[in-house]
Amino acid sequence: MTIPAPRHGEKLLAWGLLLPCLAAVCAFAFWPIVYSMVLSLHRIVLGLPGLGEPFVGLGNYARLLSDPTARASAGVTLIFVAVSTLCEVALGTLMALALDKSFRGRGLVRAAVLVPWAIPTVVASQMWRFILNDRYGLLNWLIFGDQVGSYRAWLAEPGWALAAVISADVWKTSAFAALIVLAGLQTIPRELNEAAALDGAGPWQRFRHLTLPLVLPALAVALVFRTMDAFRVFDLVYVMTQGGPANATNVLQFYGYKKMFAEGFMGYGSAVSVMVFFMVLAVSLIYLRLVGRRLLRGDAR
Amino acid sequence: MKRGRLMAALGAGAFCLLALAPFVWLVLTSFKTQLEVTAIPPTLWPGGSLEFYRSALTRYGLMHFVLNSLIVAGGTTACTLCLGVGAAYALARLRVPGRPWLMGALLLVSMFPQISLAGPIWRILQAVGWLGTYQGLIIPYVTLTLPLAVWILTSYFSELPRELEEAAMLDGCGRLGALVRVILPLAGPGVFTAAILVFIYAWNEFFFALLIMTRRAVQTLPVGIALFQGQFTMPWGEIAAASTVATAPLVALVFLFQRRIVSGLSAGAIKG
Repeated sequence: MTIPAPRHGEKLLAWGLLLPCLAAVCAFAFWPIVYSMVLSLHRIVLGLPGLGEPFVGLGNYARLLSDPTARASAGVTLIFVAVSTLCEVALGTLMALALDKSFRGRGLVRAAVLVPWAIPTVVASQMWRFILNDRYGLLNWLIFGDQVGSYRAWLAEPGWALAAVISADVWKTSAFAALIVLAGLQTIPRELNEAAALDGAGPWQRFRHLTLPLVLPALAVALVFRTMDAFRVFDLVYVMTQGGPANATNVLQFYGYKKMFAEGFMGYGSAVSVMVFFMVLAVSLIYLRLVGRRLLRGDAR
Repeated sequence: MKRGRLMAALGAGAFCLLALAPFVWLVLTSFKTQLEVTAIPPTLWPGGSLEFYRSALTRYGLMHFVLNSLIVAGGTTACTLCLGVGAAYALARLRVPGRPWLMGALLLVSMFPQISLAGPIWRILQAVGWLGTYQGLIIPYVTLTLPLAVWILTSYFSELPRELEEAAMLDGCGRLGALVRVILPLAGPGVFTAAILVFIYAWNEFFFALLIMTRRAVQTLPVGIALFQGQFTMPWGEIAAASTVATAPLVALVFLFQRRIVSGLSAGAIKG
C-alpha cells in the first residue's frame, strides 16, 4: 500500500503542473512588457526595414513630451477613466442594492442586467452608433420627434462624442461593478439591518451608517477593477469614433495602436504604450496603499 | 420593509429596461427591411423580414466569421482549462513556495493594458510566422485568460475537503490520479464556470483579433462586425443581423447560467 507521495516527488509534481501556465504568462505577458520598453528605445518604422532599427536612447520619450496630441490623449484618457469609473461604481451600487432584496423573478432580473456585460463590446459599439445616427437614429427621434431639421450628429461633436463613448461604457460595464458590490452586500447578516430598523433607524440612516461601511471593501475592489479596465478602452473608440472628432475621444490605448500599427511607428508607439503601463501601475499602487493589502493576500479565506 | 422591497423591485425593473431596451432595438432592426431601418418615425415593430440575414450570410460571409470565432474561442477555452486546472491544483493543494506572490503576479497580468503587450506580441508572432493564424491568436488569449481561470479554479479546489484525495491516495491513486478521478469531477461546477467566462472573453475579444488576424479568411466575429462596410451607406441591417447571431449564444449562456457567472466573477474579484 503506498502512502502519500514523498515530499520531493510532490514538489516536482507541483512545478510540473505550474510550469506550462507560468511559461505562457512569462513569455506572452511579462516578457512583452520588458520588450516594449526595449522597443521604445529604438527607431522602428514598419514597412521600412531598410532603415534598420537604430538605438535612439530616450529620443522617443523626448518626442512624446513635446507631442501635443499625446498630451491631449492622456487628458482624454484620464477624463474617461475618472468619469466612467465613478458612474459605474455609483450606478453599480444602486443596482446591487436593488438586487439584494429578494423578490420574485430576481434571477431573471440578474440575468437581464448581465446582458450588456456579456455581449461583445464591438456589438455594443455598433448598437450605440446606430442609435446615435444623425439621420435616423432612435435618440434623435426620441428627443426631436419628426423635426428632422434639428437632428444632431452626436458623434461628430467633440463634447457629445466623448459623452457618448463614456455612456456606452457605463451601459456595458455597470453590471460588473454591481456584481462585486452585491457579493459584498450578501456577506452582511440580515439581522443587523433588522435590528437597526427595530431601533428606529430609517432607510437612509441604515444605508449610511450600517451598509456603506460594511460594503466599502467590496466597493474598493469594484473601483480598482473598473479603473484598470477603463484604461484599456479601445473597442468603443475604434468602432464609434476612431478617436475623433478632433481627437476628442483619442484615448491613449487607441493613440498607441494608431501610431504602432496604422502609421507603423513601432518605436514611438511603444513609448506611448510604456507610458500607459506606468500610468496604470501608478494608479494601482495608489489604490494598493488605500485598500491595503487586501488584494494581494491570496485566496486564503 | 415592505416599501423598501417595492422600491427595490421598481428599481430593478428600471435597470432591466435600461439594460435590455437598446439591445432589443438592435435585434428588432435585424428583422426589418432597408426602408424600415431608415424610416422616420422609426418602425417600432418590424415586418419580420429575413432579408438582412440572407444578405449577411451570402454577401458578408457571416458563417465563416462564426466558424473562426468558434475555433478560436473553443481552442482558447480548452487550452486555458488544461493549463489552468493543473496550475490551480498545485496552488490549492501542493506545497508551492511563494504561493501568494504567484497569485499576485497572475492578478497583475490581468491588469496589464493590452497596448503594452501588443507591439511585442505582434513582433514575436511575426518572427514565428504565426500572424493571421488561429494559434497566433489562441496563444495570447490563453495567456490573458489564465489568471482569471486559475483564480476561480483555485478557490473551488480549496473548498473541497482534503480527506477525499487522501482516501483516494490510500486506495492506490497517485496525486495525478486523485486529481483526475476525484477532484475534477467534484470541482466540475467550478471548471464549468471558468470555461464559460473564458469562452465569453475569447468570443468577444477585439483588440488582439484586429491586430493578429490580418487575413479576412481567419477573422473572428467582432472583427467582421467592426469592419462591415457597405458600398454607399452603412449596412446597419446586416450589422444588426450579424450582431444578433454573435450575441444569441451569449445571451443564452447568461440566462441559463446566471448563477454560475455571478459566482465565478465574484470569486475572481472578491476572494482576494
